[in-house]
Amino acid sequence: MSEEVKVFGAWGSPFSRRVELALRLKGVQYEYIEEDIFNNKSPLLLKYNPVHKKVPVLLHNGKPIAESLVILEYIEETWKSNPILPEDPYDKAMARFWAKFLDDKCLPALWKAGWSPENEREKAVEEACECLKTLEGALNGKRFFGGATVGLVDIAANFIAHWLGIIQEATGHELLSAEKFPHLFKWTDEFVSCSIVKESLPPRDKLLAFFKDRIAGAMDAPTEASK
Amino acid sequence: MLKSEDVKVLGSWSSPFVMRARIALNIKSVNYEYLEERLWEGKSELLLKSNPVHKKIPVLIHGDKPICESLVIVQYIDEVWSSGPSILPSDSHERATARFWAAYLDEKWFPTMKTIGLAQGEDARKAVIPQLEEGLVLLEEAFGKCSKGKPFFGGDQIGFQDIAFGCFLGWLRVTEKMNGAKLLSEDKTPALLEWAHRFCSDAAVKDVMPETDKLAEFSKMIMAKMRAAATPKS
Repeated sequence: MSEEVKVFGAWGSPFSRRVELALRLKGVQYEYIEEDIFNNKSPLLLKYNPVHKKVPVLLHNGKPIAESLVILEYIEETWKSNPILPEDPYDKAMARFWAKFLDDKCLPALWKAGWSPENEREKAVEEACECLKTLEGALNGKRFFGGATVGLVDIAANFIAHWLGIIQEATGHELLSAEKFPHLFKWTDEFVSCSIVKESLPPRDKLLAFFKDRIAGAMDAPTEASK
Repeated sequence: MLKSEDVKVLGSWSSPFVMRARIALNIKSVNYEYLEERLWEGKSELLLKSNPVHKKIPVLIHGDKPICESLVIVQYIDEVWSSGPSILPSDSHERATARFWAAYLDEKWFPTMKTIGLAQGEDARKAVIPQLEEGLVLLEEAFGKCSKGKPFFGGDQIGFQDIAFGCFLGWLRVTEKMNGAKLLSEDKTPALLEWAHRFCSDAAVKDVMPETDKLAEFSKMIMAKMRAAATPKS
């Protein structure tokens, strides 16, 4: 019996790429629908995520699920191969804690530090570096946050592994350096080198061009169109 | 011989997030030691050691392991004490729905409610009320779908979504009282109005739900302190 799995996403969104990565890691076939999140969201997206009107949305056998971390947990529970969460309840709790830390504190701080106007930059960078330092500690010398294999936290940290470096190049401001955060820096390499991860990342040059355009065009603070 | 497991909760009586952990433990009939943090007097050594990243309550300490973040704690409790009544729904789509609404409450609805306390002036406060009402109408709809005619989001018993939302009822009532507003109402949210009564009367909830008047007094005190802190000192 074939299952219907669809992902509504946006090519540049780390959040929608998280969902795609989890599905690919588990060998799940899915149909991908690209949403024009800045200009023209589809009626289907608005129907499936009326509360937030955002990507990603996972549609499984006609039922929609929104919010990337919620979707990741759903994927984990539905498709059992290549687990992305540990079995032990305490280890699982720690993974959930770090995923939440990434979304609540780390990613907003990194985003802000990347785009801050000159007068606010120092403080924003300080906060971002605190977060990176905490993550460096959480990694604790492991190959991945998930241990020997990619797990929920690694997937949730995809922004750091790929988008951050590109933003750094576009803005000329460095946040994550090998000197300051050696383990985390090494992790970014390990993560993007996994073939399944590599396949599920947006092309570097396309993303770089997008961010450069954004710098050239925008004078206001950027808004997140996707989560 | 295994010592009976040591369970502690670090919290504050006024925190809705702490309530979540306590309700979950009560549902599972787990005995625990509750340690009240006097946050305005400085955070305890134990709190700073157990939650170095956020330095916030609640913290669940199980044996020697600290677990932080209220929803992470609730899920942990559900998984560890698996012989007790289930807190998360068994169907994975329903679980996703419960988690979705919990995230909505934490990331959108409750932060909006908090802005009322800090809003300057009556007009600013009144502007926030319709946003909260809109959110409650969404939750009313969600209740209809999730409960399927039963008393709680979780069905016959209190579940994850009930806990995630119900913990805010104390502060919701304070907000209503202090702004002369009716956030839960018979015309817009009749089902939630009834659900709120049931939730607050539930055995797992009633001893940990703070009294509205006490919370209102506390709220006034915090706001006074916050305004004093915000006033520039010459």
